[in-house]
Amino acid sequence: VVQPLLLLTNPHLYYFSGTRFRPLSFEVPKPLFPVAGVPMLQHHIEACAKVPNMKEILLIGFYQPNEELTRFLFNAQQEFKISIRYLQEYAALGTGGGIYHFRDQIVSGSPEAFFVLNADVCSAFPLAEMLSFQKEHGEPNSFVILGTTANRKQSMNYGCIVENEETNEVLHYVEKPSTFVSDIINCGIYLFNPEIFQHIGSVFQKNQQDMLLEEPTNGWHRAEAIRLEQDIFTALAGQGKLYVYKTLRFWSQIKSAGSAIYASRLYLDQYHTTHPERLATNKEGGPKISGAIYQPSFTFRSVFLPSLQLGPNVSIGTGVTIGAGVRVRESIILHGANLQDHCCVLNSIVGWDSTIGKWARVEGTPSDPNPNDPFAKIDSETLFREGKLTPSITILGCNVTIPSEVIILNSIVLPHKDLNRSFKNQIIL
Amino acid sequence: GCSGSMKALILVGGYGTRLRPLTLSVPKPLVEFCNKPILLHQVEALVKAGVDHVVLAVSYMSELLEREMRVQEQRLGIRISLSHEKEPLGTAGPLALARELLNVDNEPFFVLNSDVICDFPFKDLLQFHRHHGKEGTIVVTRVEEPSKYGVVVFETDSGRIHRFVEKPQVFVSNKINAGMYIFNPSMLSRIQLRPTSIEKEIFPVMAEEGHLYAMELQGFWMDIGQPKDFLTGMCMYLQSLRQQAPDKLRTGPGFLGNVLVDPTAQIGENCTIGPNVTIGAGVVVEDGVRIKRCTVLKGSRVRSHSWLESCIVGWSSSVGQWVRMENVTVLGEDVIVNDELYLNGANVLPHKSINESVPEPRIIM
Repeated sequence: VVQPLLLLTNPHLYYFSGTRFRPLSFEVPKPLFPVAGVPMLQHHIEACAKVPNMKEILLIGFYQPNEELTRFLFNAQQEFKISIRYLQEYAALGTGGGIYHFRDQIVSGSPEAFFVLNADVCSAFPLAEMLSFQKEHGEPNSFVILGTTANRKQSMNYGCIVENEETNEVLHYVEKPSTFVSDIINCGIYLFNPEIFQHIGSVFQKNQQDMLLEEPTNGWHRAEAIRLEQDIFTALAGQGKLYVYKTLRFWSQIKSAGSAIYASRLYLDQYHTTHPERLATNKEGGPKISGAIYQPSFTFRSVFLPSLQLGPNVSIGTGVTIGAGVRVRESIILHGANLQDHCCVLNSIVGWDSTIGKWARVEGTPSDPNPNDPFAKIDSETLFREGKLTPSITILGCNVTIPSEVIILNSIVLPHKDLNRSFKNQIIL
Repeated sequence: GCSGSMKALILVGGYGTRLRPLTLSVPKPLVEFCNKPILLHQVEALVKAGVDHVVLAVSYMSELLEREMRVQEQRLGIRISLSHEKEPLGTAGPLALARELLNVDNEPFFVLNSDVICDFPFKDLLQFHRHHGKEGTIVVTRVEEPSKYGVVVFETDSGRIHRFVEKPQVFVSNKINAGMYIFNPSMLSRIQLRPTSIEKEIFPVMAEEGHLYAMELQGFWMDIGQPKDFLTGMCMYLQSLRQQAPDKLRTGPGFLGNVLVDPTAQIGENCTIGPNVTIGAGVVVEDGVRIKRCTVLKGSRVRSHSWLESCIVGWSSSVGQWVRMENVTVLGEDVIVNDELYLNGANVLPHKSINESVPEPRIIM
């Protein structure tokens, strides 16, 4: 019997106020940011809870637990009927170092196998398929990486995997190479068994020995900081221990806030089969809804309902008020926001309790992968290029007020700002 | 003599390139300014002052213009001639070309630039001109920044012009030539049939000889030859209507400030229109639209929840839902702007369908 223990580790838990998720990470840790209407991590937890015989879910991070996280853990345990614990690291240890540090917790109960999932990915999480693959193709005690196909150019931004095409064994692994190596990339989702700790342990010991030869400053910390990708997979490749399971199902990184909108679309599409009840539908006399939209509960302030047009890819939080003649497309509207009559919101994230005035236009530039390339991934965009803000989605932080009739284009507005005019391509502090 | 048989020459000139893309479809004199062709503002004011024959000095022939002038001849009971220059003759040459038409009964005649809009003071001009008895009078208007223009220096009491100063660096006057004149036929002997500038070659000599007077214009004045000024001129004209014929302006819930709406236009529910908006014949403005400082020309449609400021929407164009247009966006004839787009200072040539936003000002071919 496989008793998988799920381990959720997240290097980005260390970087909660990481610039690429500002200003939203001021209010909520990035892993709890809502994607397709639920906290980003809930998609991981739901996928894990579906795996038969899953015993426990552990979250590992450097993040100081707070009320928000505690409430999330409590609610998730209730909903998915599984034990979920948060283990806080004393320092940023990397994916390998994190699980090695908590290895006793992980192996208690003697699980045959466990999954490791990075928090900042969006995926169909084909965990059961990875288990079957491991049984059918791999060596009994082998490890499995979930892989997917990227295009040649973008593959170099990821961990690249060269496989034996017959056995799917990983022959070579390299993280973010500067030249093309392989179009199979690492999805940041792994199936391990306790034997992995022997491999991490030997890296740890080698690190310790190296430290002894150097200045004895802080060496103890550095020995335990271990990256699964560079430090472990690179060494395991070609040893008959590491296999890749390639999926054709959806997958994307969620690095920046811009990719949250793209990830929302992927999950909303999946809801058609997994959670049709979460999607809004057209009702007689109701707003015109096109494509997927997630709407837990929101208020239409006006009686002119049919003039609203929402979707595709819109998530609306609780307690959102929407006036007459409002248009929302490809956007995330967080709870308590107020969209007044005739305003237009495109490719944007509207922060908690923000207000958008009448006839205002809040618009961003989508950072979607090239739709004509089936293997294209979202580009990990840089905030600035040649000293100019690169056009990206527009983000309004929490409690921002946009006056009537202005345009906010490709801009990031920090929390609690009352704007008094139009802004384009700016960060508004 | 008595009024009732006076002549006027309107310098229409060429293709009106400065008012493109509108003038790609319609000759400039026929482009509607505040729901009336620019030329008719001038012709109707001339008729009121006793003009019975208007000569249009054109440098290109347009069937549309000829046909429309035949219609207006009937409607106004006057004669309208087109005087076609084969080569550009400047601002004075056309007077020589039309000499035979203007020199009748020794009556003074009016000359005006076709781009000028104001409360045309032709009766006062005639009276002023007869009073001083010299060869010519030009209308002058006050400007804020005289250093940008050529200014006219004249005696305040008599109006007698001393001299003209081009782009003065030291303040000498804040009055400029407003592009409207009245002349005695004797003045025609000063002009040869060749390219000549009336401002640079004729006026200084007339002033020198004590034959040129200035009459100051009261009220607004604008050269509406390009879109930006066309909109500014519209604001001025509507304000003037507010004072002189407020009944012509639309008021009521949903209308702010000075708004002129053709009776055949339809305005939807929950719109806010104005200030300074002109809406032409047969225009349909759907529900929840916000328009300010715009001209929407005949037969066009603005679909629901769109927002327009400082735009000219060309004839029979269609602006989609949740569109935002601003910053002197000009749509030519029969342009389609698809839903949810943003046009900032776009200049769109006729018969185009726009599928992408134009975030920075440019010409859409």
